[in-house]
Amino acid sequence: MAKMQLRLTVNGEAAELLVEPRELLVYVLRERLGLTGPHVGCDTSHCGACTVDMDGRSVKSCTVFAAQADGADVTTIEGLGAPGGLSVLQQAFREHHGLQCGFCTPGMITRAHRFLQENPNPSEEEVRFGMAGNLCRCTGYQNIVKAIMAAAAELNAVREAAE
Amino acid sequence: MNEMAPISREERVEKLKGLGCSRKRVEDVRFTQGKGNYVDDLKLPGMLHGDFVRSPYAHARVKSVDKSAALALPGVVAVLTAEDLAPLNLHWMPTLAGDKQMVLADGKVLFQGQEVAFVVASDRYVAADAVDLVVVDYEELPVVTDPFKALQPDAPVLREDLQGRTSGAHGDRRHHNHIFLWEAGDKAATDEVIASADVVAEEMVYYHRTHPCPLETCGCVASMDTVNGKLTVHGTFQAPHVVRTVASLLSGIEEHKIRVISPDIGGGFGNKVGVYPGYVCSIVASIVTGRPVKWIEDRMENLTATAFARDYWMKGKIAATKDGRITGLSCHVTADHGAFDACADPSKFPAGFFHICTGSYDIPVAHVGVDGVYTNKAPGGVAYRCSFRVTEAAYFIERMIEVLAIELGMDAAELRAKNFIRKEQFPYHSALGWEYDSGDYHTAWDKALKAVGYADLRKEQAERVEAFRRGETRKLIGIGLTHFTEIVGAGPVKNCDILGMGMFDSCEIRIHPTGSAVARLGTISQGQGHATTFAQILASEIGLPADSITVEEGDTDTAPYGLGTYGSRSTPVAGAATAMAGRKIRAKAQMIAAYLLEVHDGDLEWDVDRFVVKGAPERFKTMKEIAFASYNQAIPGVEPGLEAVSYYDPPNMTYPFGAYVCVMEIDVDTGVHEIRQFYALDDCGTRINPMVIEGQVHGGLTEALAIAMGQEIAYDEIGNVKTGTLMDFFLPTAWETPHYTTDFTETPSPHHPIGAKGVGESPNVGGVPAFSNAVHDAFRPFGLRQSHMPHDHWRIWKIARDLGLHG
Repeated sequence: MAKMQLRLTVNGEAAELLVEPRELLVYVLRERLGLTGPHVGCDTSHCGACTVDMDGRSVKSCTVFAAQADGADVTTIEGLGAPGGLSVLQQAFREHHGLQCGFCTPGMITRAHRFLQENPNPSEEEVRFGMAGNLCRCTGYQNIVKAIMAAAAELNAVREAAE
Repeated sequence: MNEMAPISREERVEKLKGLGCSRKRVEDVRFTQGKGNYVDDLKLPGMLHGDFVRSPYAHARVKSVDKSAALALPGVVAVLTAEDLAPLNLHWMPTLAGDKQMVLADGKVLFQGQEVAFVVASDRYVAADAVDLVVVDYEELPVVTDPFKALQPDAPVLREDLQGRTSGAHGDRRHHNHIFLWEAGDKAATDEVIASADVVAEEMVYYHRTHPCPLETCGCVASMDTVNGKLTVHGTFQAPHVVRTVASLLSGIEEHKIRVISPDIGGGFGNKVGVYPGYVCSIVASIVTGRPVKWIEDRMENLTATAFARDYWMKGKIAATKDGRITGLSCHVTADHGAFDACADPSKFPAGFFHICTGSYDIPVAHVGVDGVYTNKAPGGVAYRCSFRVTEAAYFIERMIEVLAIELGMDAAELRAKNFIRKEQFPYHSALGWEYDSGDYHTAWDKALKAVGYADLRKEQAERVEAFRRGETRKLIGIGLTHFTEIVGAGPVKNCDILGMGMFDSCEIRIHPTGSAVARLGTISQGQGHATTFAQILASEIGLPADSITVEEGDTDTAPYGLGTYGSRSTPVAGAATAMAGRKIRAKAQMIAAYLLEVHDGDLEWDVDRFVVKGAPERFKTMKEIAFASYNQAIPGVEPGLEAVSYYDPPNMTYPFGAYVCVMEIDVDTGVHEIRQFYALDDCGTRINPMVIEGQVHGGLTEALAIAMGQEIAYDEIGNVKTGTLMDFFLPTAWETPHYTTDFTETPSPHHPIGAKGVGESPNVGGVPAFSNAVHDAFRPFGLRQSHMPHDHWRIWKIARDLGLHG
């Protein structure tokens, strides 16, 4: 199959590569760029394990053609850490036991990262609704919600202190 | 000189992060950063990708397979069919249940999605293209998806390979689609009690077919090193050591030349216990091509072909006196096993531990019979987040109790309390042959009822019914009660084995000179957090901080042999092995300390992290000091080093229990439910890490919610799977999932070294009847006795319609 040139920014770094037009973004990230944080759980955009951030929106990279990401700015879980350690969100997931097998976690945290920018001060109900595109089979969500609420509080405190 | 600044005993205990502490998980640092190592993350040089051609038909003869067009596609390396595997005798393989199953279709297919050919290609896209190019000529055969119809005299013959065979691995077969009849208890005595009872409640309880559906599907990478003759298989295996043994027996490769590695596993819930055709085909393809071969199933393949759960039709009769004392229980199960009997149960238990179905109650006589039946559905029958068939048993008895309460006109909570096994009856011998190790059901029950304000709830419910009848509301309240008893921790080698391997488990510990350690176990975590919690068990046993103990599992080249992780067996069995290995370390440490302190062994006592001379608390040696001494001192009569291994054969199962209450509001006109409150009290014996226990309970309850309220693997009459994607197969989101309140009592297991019983599966076992009973209870005032799960909105709406509540 004829290949096309794809240029995109991934986690702040420019990437340029040849791909088949039918290749999915998650495939390019995992197989061509070696970023195995985004996972494939369902192939049908229900589970959200493949969630990445594309131009400031959460997308399910299993249902985005790489060609659609041409010129895009993509962030994966690998690009969300803090220098030398865990980000506030990552730390909150650990602190509140918001993960078990870890398979949904990269997508969950990547979505939570975007969600807290859409709604920095959410209610528990808003967290549950805003995270409903990401499935978890292990935690029953209660501690994920707790972690996101805690991270929101901490991020807001940091923001207020800075202002 | 010992330590510079002495710290208090409490501080020393705290520093260990041992038993009972909510230690943060060590696994999370990599998982939260996307640095987990799951099988699909593995990339080996020259690796090929396998993909299956699968049957679109549920029952058909395979007349021919034309692979020429596929083979002509650039990038395609091989296309394997049963004909290619037959010379190796690998076109069929043994199942865990004493049956055999096709690896690739041998002349016919028996369920939709069955593996017909295995394509091996340079990448996934090419493999998928090639799958489309394989031309299979099918001749359709009559399909049977109903186990009752499968047993009719004129039902189509499904398993032609078994034709004329009047007995199987579990006794006589009375029909060409019959697999076995398995029985426990005293039939004559039970029939007699039922025939002469004051009150008998009779009901058919169906626990529908569903699927564990972990977020990560099954997969493997097989890699044959043709130079050294060593086969390495990485895969999503809940029992890596057993996979190695099976791979050796099937392939003829000696076991020391096979290395099986379970990397991080993205959830298992029973789905990853069995051996699937994908593993066999990947191994063969790697041997044939000399290159690593990866096979990862997609979600539709996962839901349609690997490892269904449940599908038990349970016909029950429960007898009681007029005042509600249960006198007998009988149950006959028609068990739909699909096309091959691939149930993952200990060999001697073709219906698992279903005979725990007397539940938490003191029932003098009982009998169960389970008929296994072949149908044109996928094989499996795994323990989906439960011990073997225990969730079916718990659902059955907890429904029968409710039905009996209706029959007696009694409150279901009172009926339970009246019949619980009393605290002083433990160890309790059940009518179906189990020895319940310990329990205190009344205490748990009273605590639960008090916590939810049971009497007030009933009052509110009654008022709501009146308001409904007056036309003031369209919402009803259901109060779902459950008191369950699990049976986990399989199991004693004398009666529990998988393919002949006794169900012990193991732990090997090495203490390093500077006082840190590595412990390796025969189990494998799939999210349970073993690396965190087993280090806690060990920290309390050997007095080294949990943070200084690395726990490793899943590599058969380094870990001791064990039977793996399923059936809540890790804590009861491998956890016990860990404690016992720790005690061996401590026993040797005591001899070393005695030498160093120049006293007799018997003059020392253990204190948190050190041996202290009795009566002289200032004279002691810490475990850290002892570890160093074991490597640098010549101690007469004591070997250098500090290592231990324990293989633990449990003397009995463990019997965790719990009391759950679900309060549900149901809209009669839409069938939509809202869970207003869910209270879960679990007694899992000694609590190792409360944070992890609570997480397990939340997760298990959510899987129970899914099963009870909407999740199913449904077939149409010609065997099409109607629920093959997550569009149709219900997994609850954060939005649909309620908030849970957790609670506990603590009744330690008397035979487990640290008294722990296991908890991961309890919330599924107890949760399903709690949710289901809530639905039933809402409609009890209007005459509902039994309505089968899953209780999705449509089915609840139908209950209301059939009861005439839509006016």
